[in-house]
Amino acid sequence: MPRLSRRSLLAGTAGAIAASTLAAPFVRAQPAPIRIGVLHSLSGTMAISETTLRDVMLMLVEEQNKKGGVLGRRIEAVVVDPASNWPLFAERARELISVHRVSAVFGCWTSVSRKSVLPVFEELNNILFYPVQYEGEESSRNIFYTGAAPNQQAIPAVDYLMNEEKVQRWALLGTDYVYPRTTNRILDAYLKSKGVAADDIFVNYTPFGHSDWQSIVAQVKRFGSAGKKTAVVSTINGDANVPFYKELANQGIKATDIPVVAFSVGEEELAGIDTGPLVGHLAAWNYFMSVDTPENKAFIETWHKFIRNPRRPTNDPMEAHVIGFNMWVQAVQKAGAPDPDPVIDAMIGVAVPNLTGSIAAMMPNHHITKPVLIGEIQADGQFNVVWQTRGTVVGDEWSDYLEGSKDLIADWRAPMRCGNFNVRTGRCGGQG
Amino acid sequence: MGLLRPLVLSLALLIFGALGQVPAARAQHGGDDPVAAIAAASGFDELARAIDRLAVSGHPQALAVVEALRAGTLGVRAADRALLWRDGEGRFRDAATGAMVEGINPREVRPIRVNNRVRRSLDAALGALQLTSPDPRIRLAAAERVFRARDPEAIPALEAQIARETDPRIRRVMEGARAAAVLASDRDVAAKVEAVATIRNRYDLDARGLLASVRDQPPEVMDAAAAAIRAIDRHLALVHAAQDVVFGLSLGSVLLLAAIGLAITFGVMGVINMAHGEMVMIGAYTTFVVQDWIRDSAPQLFDISLFIALPLAFCVAALAGVVIERTIIRFLYGRPLETLLATFGLSLILQQAVRVLFGPNNREVGNPSWMSGSIELFELTLTRNRVAIILFGFAVFFALLLVIRRSRFGLEMRAVTQNRRMAGSMGIRTPWVDSLTFALGSGVAGLAGVALSQIDNVSPNLGQGYIIDSFMVVVFGGVGNLWGTLVAAYTLGIINKLLEPFAGAVLGKIAVLVLLVLFIQVKPRGLFPLKGRAVEA
Repeated sequence: MPRLSRRSLLAGTAGAIAASTLAAPFVRAQPAPIRIGVLHSLSGTMAISETTLRDVMLMLVEEQNKKGGVLGRRIEAVVVDPASNWPLFAERARELISVHRVSAVFGCWTSVSRKSVLPVFEELNNILFYPVQYEGEESSRNIFYTGAAPNQQAIPAVDYLMNEEKVQRWALLGTDYVYPRTTNRILDAYLKSKGVAADDIFVNYTPFGHSDWQSIVAQVKRFGSAGKKTAVVSTINGDANVPFYKELANQGIKATDIPVVAFSVGEEELAGIDTGPLVGHLAAWNYFMSVDTPENKAFIETWHKFIRNPRRPTNDPMEAHVIGFNMWVQAVQKAGAPDPDPVIDAMIGVAVPNLTGSIAAMMPNHHITKPVLIGEIQADGQFNVVWQTRGTVVGDEWSDYLEGSKDLIADWRAPMRCGNFNVRTGRCGGQG
Repeated sequence: MGLLRPLVLSLALLIFGALGQVPAARAQHGGDDPVAAIAAASGFDELARAIDRLAVSGHPQALAVVEALRAGTLGVRAADRALLWRDGEGRFRDAATGAMVEGINPREVRPIRVNNRVRRSLDAALGALQLTSPDPRIRLAAAERVFRARDPEAIPALEAQIARETDPRIRRVMEGARAAAVLASDRDVAAKVEAVATIRNRYDLDARGLLASVRDQPPEVMDAAAAAIRAIDRHLALVHAAQDVVFGLSLGSVLLLAAIGLAITFGVMGVINMAHGEMVMIGAYTTFVVQDWIRDSAPQLFDISLFIALPLAFCVAALAGVVIERTIIRFLYGRPLETLLATFGLSLILQQAVRVLFGPNNREVGNPSWMSGSIELFELTLTRNRVAIILFGFAVFFALLLVIRRSRFGLEMRAVTQNRRMAGSMGIRTPWVDSLTFALGSGVAGLAGVALSQIDNVSPNLGQGYIIDSFMVVVFGGVGNLWGTLVAAYTLGIINKLLEPFAGAVLGKIAVLVLLVLFIQVKPRGLFPLKGRAVEA
């Protein structure tokens, strides 16, 4: 083994460094692409909803690359399949960050999958864009929530029913898991703060995939015969909605008598039902496919061309990914590098147009501004917007109606940098 | 700065959006013409008021306009704000005169949107306009609509029609509608107390709701209403108990259908068949394929699609059963644990195969028109699809009983189960009987799939949801006893549905399972244990 003198080693190293830095601009004609991860289930029970989001991400990356990528570099999407398996979400997230070295990840649908990947993103300091409406009560430095918080969906929907339909009695029906339970807890507190008596609130939970809705629908009918205008607030999730709406139609509950407002039923879910008897039932979202704006028209056109199927519907979480992706592109340009730390700081204040004709801005609590739209189901399976907020609503991460959470705020800007600052005690961390 | 431009943009958009509605408001010079008022209405409230006016205006085209608005075919031409609607053949008609209008570009006509508030006005208007219809069914529906509308202005029209009405049932509904209107009017106390009694005589939820909403009335009326509500509640308590039992029967028939095939493969043959649910799923997908074909090539057959699907589903599932028995299960007779594992693996393979063939998404299987909606029987609301399934469950059960008790094959099957060696020595080809028995069980599961496709989602996971319930029913009823399966299915269904209103769907199911565990402790062989040699074998 030949001995290397320290001097020659130093010189060699210096030379190598100089060569690499000097030569880089000339040698590397094609700069390395920026990688982003796509973490959506492509198999298992959630595949129905999440596969579409993978497709929309691939489309957005393709479109951005046509425009020259970002910072002059191409974007490359790394797709993995967490298979609707919550612990696998964490493993796949770790793989995306440590093995594929992605700069940001777009993914997750259910709250439980988000909760499962959250520690991974915080430990490895990366970015997750979460595109689905959720129950709130969370704000992480590493997650950007582009879906609606409860105050951007549930509360305005209840307000609409209270003011426009003069509803006084409320049946809260939900699937038995964390999102409906938390949302109903918030709604229960909110309704009581508005003077609704406990007798006028009926809460019922059913298992995933529930198919025998006879007695529950009959119960709602009885609940609705107390002489007060009654409405159903539905957080029923997934395909249990199909037999639920069928039973409503069969038992003759019309929207003009007992309207149902749903938070998890979109164009995609209605695709499998004859919507004739459901006309007039409501859904609250921040986007509907039927919204008539040039941005939305262009998006639907691109989507149909990309997916090669002119009948595929678009929906709210897809719009959230569009917003999230465009925000990320802007933040990377603003930060001048795709690395998570500068991008996280650059994200706050970034504003991009959404598809419904207003502007989505990233707020210091890592939630965005959204308009709230109430749509009525039409006979063709689309929604007709009957009401919308005047401007946009800022997502409220910690609900103002729950004990323990109403004193908390999140602000990820420089001096505070805290996801659960207690305004009463003046300290970061911990429940009130 | 980066924020400013988009903000300005969004503001501009907002203002522009608001401006877009101004011309509509300005065009409100409709004056006394109620049809023009609809074209000029801006906002849902104004539209609803315009409809209310149209309903009482006596305008000759009122009914046509209301129906077109309900159907979503009424529109405004952008150029001159003329109100037009499209008839069944897609031709445009002038709303004011009903005359045909030629040469309209459909793109220029902007449809008028409605919401629930407007829909309620439309319903009330339709009720008022159709009270005099010659068709008794339309008159009945109209009377129900007027009952809900509670419009005092409808009283004269109702009274005129009540005097003329010949059908006693419709007359009763009209009298109820008149009473509801009287209650909302400013008539004297005696008339209102009488109205309360008339409404009470409906003895249904609508009457209860209406009486419970009575407010700010003289004390006599309030007292009468409270008493009437108590009377209705007493009456409804019985009806609701009966209704819960019917729901239980319906759930029981679903359990029966899902379990009855298993009662043969598990009960009679003793094969722990975890792939039983997938046979049900195969039946459901067969229904989907049949309906898909009918939609494409013979849409007029849609209403009988289920009858075409039934034999096909039976054959497809039975064939799958034969293949499974010949290739897997016959090597595992007498080894229950291995059978369980093998059939469990098989169920996963079948699910994945269907996922690959048909995709992971749910497939839409439609209800034929005769299975949609509900019928009223002794004040009970029975949804047609559930009634059909109850009847179908019984039909399958008795057909199966007949096959087992009366046919040559049934005799051989019973002989083989009771004493295989003796049956073999009497010249029965026992392997064949095994195959056919398994095929019969699978085929019946396929039939169940056709029925379940009508009330559940057709997805690769369909069978999984029923496998535990099926085993539960068979074990509870007593393994090897068809009558036991029948009784067990209905018992579990009814217990479940009686518990559900108190305990909720999740807890109700848990309670049923706990009860079942306790029961099995006391009677390990189920309700009707099988006696004889097979038990010892």
